[in-house]
Amino acid sequence: MFNPDIIKPENLVYKRTSVLTDNVMHYCPGCGHGTIHRLIAEVIEEMGIQEKAICVAPVGCSVLAYNYFDVDSQGAAHGRAPAIATAIQRLYPDNHTFTYQGDGDLAAIGTAETIHACNRGENIVMIFVNNGIYGMTGGQMAPTTLIGMKTATSPYGRDVALNGHPLKITELLADLPGTYYVTRQSVQNAASVRKAKKAIRQAFENQKAKKGTSFVEVVSNCNSGWKMTPVAANKWMEENMFPFYPLGDMKVDGQKVSK
Amino acid sequence: MAIKGAIVFDVEHCKGCGVCIPTCPNQVIAFSKNVNNKGYNYAEAVNDNCIGCTSCAMVCPDGVITVYKVKL
Amino acid sequence: MAKELKLMKGNEAIAEAAIRSGCDGYFGYPITPQSEVMEHLMAEKPWEKTGMVVLQAESETASINMVYGGAGAGKKVMTSSSSPGVSLMQEGMTYLAGAELPCLLVNVVRGGPGLGTIQPSQADYFQTVKGGGHGDYRLFTLAPATVQEMYDFVFLGWEMAFKYRNPVMILSDGAIGQVMEKLYVTDYTPRWTNEEIAEKCPWSTYGKPSTRKHNIITSLELEAPKQEEHNHKLQAKYAKMEEDEVRYEMVNCEDAEYVFVAYGSSARIAEKAVQLGREKGIKVGLLRPITLFPFPKKIIAELSTKVKGLLAVEMSAGQMVEDVRLAAQFRCPIEHFGRFGGVIPTPHEVLEALEEKIIKA
Repeated sequence: MFNPDIIKPENLVYKRTSVLTDNVMHYCPGCGHGTIHRLIAEVIEEMGIQEKAICVAPVGCSVLAYNYFDVDSQGAAHGRAPAIATAIQRLYPDNHTFTYQGDGDLAAIGTAETIHACNRGENIVMIFVNNGIYGMTGGQMAPTTLIGMKTATSPYGRDVALNGHPLKITELLADLPGTYYVTRQSVQNAASVRKAKKAIRQAFENQKAKKGTSFVEVVSNCNSGWKMTPVAANKWMEENMFPFYPLGDMKVDGQKVSK
Repeated sequence: MAIKGAIVFDVEHCKGCGVCIPTCPNQVIAFSKNVNNKGYNYAEAVNDNCIGCTSCAMVCPDGVITVYKVKL
Repeated sequence: MAKELKLMKGNEAIAEAAIRSGCDGYFGYPITPQSEVMEHLMAEKPWEKTGMVVLQAESETASINMVYGGAGAGKKVMTSSSSPGVSLMQEGMTYLAGAELPCLLVNVVRGGPGLGTIQPSQADYFQTVKGGGHGDYRLFTLAPATVQEMYDFVFLGWEMAFKYRNPVMILSDGAIGQVMEKLYVTDYTPRWTNEEIAEKCPWSTYGKPSTRKHNIITSLELEAPKQEEHNHKLQAKYAKMEEDEVRYEMVNCEDAEYVFVAYGSSARIAEKAVQLGREKGIKVGLLRPITLFPFPKKIIAELSTKVKGLLAVEMSAGQMVEDVRLAAQFRCPIEHFGRFGGVIPTPHEVLEALEEKIIKA
């Protein structure tokens, strides 16, 4: 197909980062988790901080994240990653401790740990993957499930009277004095991936400069849980998730971004 | 000056999600009619119009795409 | 090692011992009757003296998970709480045990159940030595009876925790926590350097050098046979503790016809009851378990063949007595005497219980 003269090391412009292990990720085809993992790993590689990076993995779909990042890692109890990361980073202040959590982990069972780690301004990077559903347990309603969205535990659509409102926890965290950088990104196309990577890089740079908590939400898909093809899920996400969870920076350099 | 690119797929690690297909500006990628050892119709290049933009590699959740580029 | 005499509360002794034993981090949440632990730490500012981190967390749940994070990174970390707070920590404890993380936990027990009272109790025995959280696991459990032991057991706790890669619980009570006694404190033991941690805890997550594979701290294993294998490994470790680490103290047991079995505050009361009994001509002694897990089964079995009766004295409705009965296999009469819900028994009550429940019966 291609001229073999092109496929030479000197012409290489992109290859999988070595900060990811060779383990095949268990995520469903097309799941954003893989892309987000890759971006974090690429940032770690580019910043040369693999020896200082410590991953705190959650409970949920990304429970096995520690098998994919080739960095020292800890698996947290459900929702407790920010508490665990707090201790690691305080005990190793020159390291790069980061949490990786889904919406159920971070915004339901771990809400207290999330808010207090952010409010203390722990010098950690928090990656929050919001796909509006509990993927691992089979597609139940999450704190971030949209109104009207059908899940295994809201089979007729999320009803505010019955289920309450979706939680915009990232907006809430942007209001806390401890957060230095709060942003919402996505990874459904090349442009959004580049932006998301820039945001993750910014978060780790802030940590290096000991600025406090950097929080990166990535609105992502769950094509299995949403019962769509990956491409259709990304389109549905753009049409339905983004209006409720608008993308962009909410807080930069400790200052709220006015919209 | 022309730009020529090439993409190489790690076929066995491709899950055939197809997210790379619409992201290619030159419609280089399509699903293969063949399947890999896991039974996925993996993604493959179907023409040599690649310009090495890396868009496909950017969106690949499994990092199976390696990209090369030359300026001719 | 030079020793210095001080007058301190048991809770303060825990804190002082933490600083002097090279503890890297304390994470806690205030609760009566153990708040002096963190108060003393915050007043002493050990981060200026030794570099020790002290943090008041948002909850006991957060505290125990901070301990998990620090312990997983090879640091000497600890928390302390009292019964309701310790209940909240059970999730973290089973994860710590599952992931085999060395750490120090302190429970200054108060009366329960529920919010209970703030007075001393020993009703958390089952929770501590039988698991507490889910799954098959054990906490290495030390029961101090004096302020000096509150201090000393912090050092012993670190030793056991790192020797066995297991959480260690100091099971105290509101009386030992609050009472002021003299104690000898030791010189400052330096905290481990990061190089020492890498050497002593090669499994820990302090940051992966290029020379080794990444370390993973987790209690998750999705393959059942591997999880069973892990359980076998844990059980072998607990069996080794039972073989090698049992600690107890005996008072006037040589010629004893009756023996009190009591730990912590109850042991102090029972020791006085031994004196009162001896004054009345009753040949009574005291067996004080110092480790509650591993439990001193062998000596109890031995005693049960020699004495006319054993009386378990506890500030509970009867918890440790079950282990005494299991160890003694009913070879002699075994009874329980307890006051509970925060009530402390008197030595006279204890002696009277021996007379009524065993000698006369």
